[in-house]
Amino acid sequence: MSRRLILAVYTLLISVPILVIVGSSLKTTKELFAAPFGLPPHPTLDNYATVLGEQDLLRVLGNSVLVVSVSVPVTLLLGSLVAFAVARLPKWPSAVLFGVFAIGLAVPAQAIMIPQYVQFERLGLRNSLTGLILVDVVVTLPVAVFILAGFMRTLPPELYEAAEIDGAGPWATFRRIAVPVSYPSLAATAIFLLVMHWNDLLYPLLFIDDPEKRTLPLALLDFQGEYLTDYPLLFTGVVVASLPMVLAYAFLQRHFVAGITAGAVKG
Amino acid sequence: MKFKLFLFAVPALALYGGFFLLPAVQGLRYATTDWDGYSATFTEVGAANLTEVVSADDLFRNALTNNLKFMLAVVVGQTALALLLAALLAVRTRASTFLRALFFLPTVLSSVSVAFIWKFVYDPNFGLANAVLDAIGLGSLKSAYLGDENTAILWVAVAQIWFHAGQMMIIYIAGINQIPQELYDAAQTDGAGRRQQFRHVTWPMVAPATTLVIAYTTLQSFKAFDLILGLAGNPPQSGLDVLATRIYTTFANSQLGYAAAESIVFMVAIALVTFLQNRAARMAHG
Repeated sequence: MSRRLILAVYTLLISVPILVIVGSSLKTTKELFAAPFGLPPHPTLDNYATVLGEQDLLRVLGNSVLVVSVSVPVTLLLGSLVAFAVARLPKWPSAVLFGVFAIGLAVPAQAIMIPQYVQFERLGLRNSLTGLILVDVVVTLPVAVFILAGFMRTLPPELYEAAEIDGAGPWATFRRIAVPVSYPSLAATAIFLLVMHWNDLLYPLLFIDDPEKRTLPLALLDFQGEYLTDYPLLFTGVVVASLPMVLAYAFLQRHFVAGITAGAVKG
Repeated sequence: MKFKLFLFAVPALALYGGFFLLPAVQGLRYATTDWDGYSATFTEVGAANLTEVVSADDLFRNALTNNLKFMLAVVVGQTALALLLAALLAVRTRASTFLRALFFLPTVLSSVSVAFIWKFVYDPNFGLANAVLDAIGLGSLKSAYLGDENTAILWVAVAQIWFHAGQMMIIYIAGINQIPQELYDAAQTDGAGRRQQFRHVTWPMVAPATTLVIAYTTLQSFKAFDLILGLAGNPPQSGLDVLATRIYTTFANSQLGYAAAESIVFMVAIALVTFLQNRAARMAHG
């Protein structure tokens, strides 16, 4: 097979389902089943009205935005502080600190979710967005440390030492040297965290009972039960849940690719 | 100075220690009980849970088998596809930059979204897959997809590959771009065609990338959860039950102690697969 043919086929495989999803969100079920690949004959926003109104997806969207706007900066800050310590501590303390967080890379969330459920329940942190934010932070901290320390360790020590000779304490060195210099790595980590926290289903499923506190992936999953074969409505939910990430990807493509690829260590 | 640096790590250590490491240890404790998750009392059962998970639990064994099938299909399919796409797109042109971005796109979607897309592709009555087969005259290839207990998990593997092949392609492109051009020039001088260049230059030279891609893909596919729940519903039918969904179902059935034991076995299985893979990679690299 020629190069062009393979690429053309794969382009169709990726784009056709996505276009069908977007098109279907503007159709009725009848129209979709009659011609799944066709353009919407009478484009309608009824599905969007149902999803955002009756289904309260606007509130759910707000929850998701709230969660990531706290969880991502907090993870980033805590992770970069550890990464800085790993980069600046002498060999052994640095290795121990890094090793403690490396354990977290090897332990999948599915293996600890059950004791976490008990713990959060006891502390009254279950069924709350605060609890969800907290668990998102701790579960992704190891990856953030891994990516950021990997970067900060490669910076020449002279860079930090110069600042320290000028009398800067560790906090000033962190803020004025380490953070600005690590910008590409911080951006990639931020994007990785954003995608992980935005798309997570496991913890919302485990932690959130109250429909008003659901995040997007959980609300989408509930849709499936409610509208078993109302595909246009399901797809409208998919579009609403995906649009923010897809738009961000369109504008910050390089950071998305770098971040998601770097985060692959966690699977 | 050094002491102050330790203070930098304290907030992260406190949260991570308290809400990640501590529950991980508590999990070991729960695994030795028959606790249901809400009663005030429970009985110590020692290693009985673990023994049962490993030796006498058909549901767990079924989930493990599905997990391994899924992992094998995804690792082989996704690695091959990612390398093929990377080899075709490694040259930097306008078109290839655009296609890379497009092929990567599914990775930013949520698993539940991807699951819904594929649910419709596989719908036996109205789905895209059957519509396409009919249209190109291959109607005889139509299948029940997720409705067929024996092959359902392999159809999920196809969805998983669609989801993440673009991500692995990026790793391969980085690997290919590190191969010195002189090697290709030399191969060309020796009269090697495109295919031979791929076999004798690209393939051996991207071995480190292959190791990485296989390791990532293995982990990713072993932890499958969201995609399965989105495609199969909760709880999934037995043909689509994997370890993560099994643990969740056991837990949802108020067998918390037993689910904790399953989690431990899950953990050990992942560690074992990773270990075997490292050994294999080391042997392959000589």
